[in-house]
Amino acid sequence: MFDRRFRAKRNGSIEINITDEERQLIADLVEQLRELVLSTSPEGSVDASIRRLYPTAYVDDPEHEHEYQRLMRDQLLERRLGHLDVVEATLQDRELTPETLTAWITSINDVRLVLGTHLDVSEDEEQTFAPSSDPDQQQRAIYQYLSHLLGELVEVASN
Amino acid sequence: MSHIFSDASNETRAEVESSPVITGEEVPDSLTDEDVPWVVLVWNDPINLMSYVVFVLQKLFGYNSEKATQLMLDVHEKGRAVVSNGTREKAELDVFRLHEYGLWATMQKDS
Repeated sequence: MFDRRFRAKRNGSIEINITDEERQLIADLVEQLRELVLSTSPEGSVDASIRRLYPTAYVDDPEHEHEYQRLMRDQLLERRLGHLDVVEATLQDRELTPETLTAWITSINDVRLVLGTHLDVSEDEEQTFAPSSDPDQQQRAIYQYLSHLLGELVEVASN
Repeated sequence: MSHIFSDASNETRAEVESSPVITGEEVPDSLTDEDVPWVVLVWNDPINLMSYVVFVLQKLFGYNSEKATQLMLDVHEKGRAVVSNGTREKAELDVFRLHEYGLWATMQKDS
């Protein structure tokens, strides 16, 4: 039986119980996500994986859609980078506040969105185990780990 | 560690569709933007966890657990659900907040 990785305390803060290896992995992923989102030019063609971070708002209205992307895309990027900053700043902490917990949740979900899109995951991904010959095996393992981690974070945030 | 977002295999992946295609739902265009209420839709996607979608809907819209769960199930089973509505400005803000949380949200005039 494993201990829970995150536990809500009576004072509202969240105790983190993850290993140094997990912290290092999250640090690496957060850094890579930062590089990836910063390498994206607003108008130019981008990695298909990252397009999932900037969904279309107006499906049947190109004019408003153009305006939305023009005005909101940078703000969306700014929010993302802000959340990544918070995760990096709190990565070695033993406790999170409810606010920093939200940054962890959104950042880890952003990594999952990019990785999941890249891997083209399907709904039943959790039940399938990649064969050892799968060239994406490491990525799939990380994706599944992050899904698990996010589930625990959401659970503690929802209580 | 190696770059986790890069392709381990050499195969070229199909382009990811960045917006859902709506068919058979013509929205009447006779009224101006400001007259017509807008609806915000969340679409099913294979990545966002069900518990995460419920969490986001509760957090952003203040829905109770039952309502957020029902909306999530609608998204999951019917492919999409209307999660909020209002003026174009309000709908756009809601879409932005949903995008901030990584949900696949769009908006359109209420039909």
